[in-house]
Amino acid sequence: MLPFIFEWQWNAGHIIFFGFLYLALAIIGAGVTFAILKTAVQLLGFMRERHFH
Amino acid sequence: MDSVLIPEGVRRCSPRRFFLWTLPWLGLLGWGLVSAFLCLYKGLNQTNMTNYFAFALWIVFDLGVIALGAGAFFTGFLTYIIGKKELKDIINSAVIIGFICYSGAVAMLGIDIGQPLRGWFIFWHANIHSMLTEVSFCITTYLGVLLIEYIPIILENRKIEEIKELRLFGNNLHEIMAVFAATGTFLSFFHQGSLGGLFGVMYARPFAARGGFYIWPWTFFLFILSAIAAGPSFTILCTKLAEKITRKRLVPADAYQTLAKISGWLLALYIVLKIADTLNWAYGIVPKDGLHFMDFFREGPYGVWLVVAEIGIFGVIPAIILLIPKARRTEGWLIAGCLMNCTGIILNRFVFTVVTLAIPVMPFDRFVSYLPTWQEWGIALAVIGYGFLLYSLSYRYLPIFPKEKELNAA
Repeated sequence: MLPFIFEWQWNAGHIIFFGFLYLALAIIGAGVTFAILKTAVQLLGFMRERHFH
Repeated sequence: MDSVLIPEGVRRCSPRRFFLWTLPWLGLLGWGLVSAFLCLYKGLNQTNMTNYFAFALWIVFDLGVIALGAGAFFTGFLTYIIGKKELKDIINSAVIIGFICYSGAVAMLGIDIGQPLRGWFIFWHANIHSMLTEVSFCITTYLGVLLIEYIPIILENRKIEEIKELRLFGNNLHEIMAVFAATGTFLSFFHQGSLGGLFGVMYARPFAARGGFYIWPWTFFLFILSAIAAGPSFTILCTKLAEKITRKRLVPADAYQTLAKISGWLLALYIVLKIADTLNWAYGIVPKDGLHFMDFFREGPYGVWLVVAEIGIFGVIPAIILLIPKARRTEGWLIAGCLMNCTGIILNRFVFTVVTLAIPVMPFDRFVSYLPTWQEWGIALAVIGYGFLLYSLSYRYLPIFPKEKELNAA
């Protein structure tokens, strides 16, 4: 078993199929985490705010 | 009453008028909620779906709105990855339309699967050989991406922006939007394709089955191409509709022209490949299965007229309109071209979903017709009501159009 689904099998199909899903989720998660951390750093005064408009 | 929430420097109608405007859409949403309750409480016997029509009106709507919602990922791709600067004036509108389409489709699927509480089974007991599993993964993940793209727009609300933490978070998300746009493009590419692919691999149904490349039938590529051709047209249509209703100019002409031109070229490419695919199917796959082209059009209301309408009237003609610069610069032609383009794609999804299932495949099969019940219509039309409501609320309270103030200065 592993990684993270009930009927996981260590074969190419599962690795490719879930590999891409986890990659997409990891990128999205990393992006949101980066935004949260950067916000925290800016709020603590270690970095300046950037304006877009 | 709500003037403190309205973006600075722009005019909006009175709250009373806005409330009256929302009434029909609330009505549609109410109809949908009653229908959804009946389907969840009493079961799918509230629909006219049968063993013949396991895919019905909701799947036609789903496939339709998902194709039309492709404007979000494709406009995001053009704006953030390719760097088409002029599209920044329409990208917010595209994101909101995309979010409405995908969230509406997922909500409708929640009813369609009969037991939404078991919806997570598709992830936990994933069938990795199923294109539908891939579609489910990509659609749900992409809905998350769309939500992330929508959040910075919400956080730009005048009152919300006063909260420093939220303003900073919104700006920081905005700063890395290219990452989300690229992820969204990847996810959309695969689920649009797999939605087509799942029809192309129906080898027991020669009406839909196609040849292809490696594991992907040609319908995989045709669905991607048709979605990225129709999505931008739908974004143009919705934004033009907003302009007509508000009687304002919201987006500069060059943004419309860029999107329309790209939409036209992609539609032209799609139509050429679609014609080639249809000919290959009619003269290759169909005779190989011991059938004739006309065998599929003998019974019921689905005649050859569908092929003529889908490829000719709502394919070739809008492609020509959108490809001629003079035509697409004329508002009437631009709207007609975009509307015909979107109609063609809906017709294509209808043909693949309903007509495929309606045509008998066994000697003992008979032609079965299907008409949706009022509950099915209620849930499908609720997506339209929800869409109008969310877009109207977004337009009223969020600075969706960066150039609105400038374009309506007088």
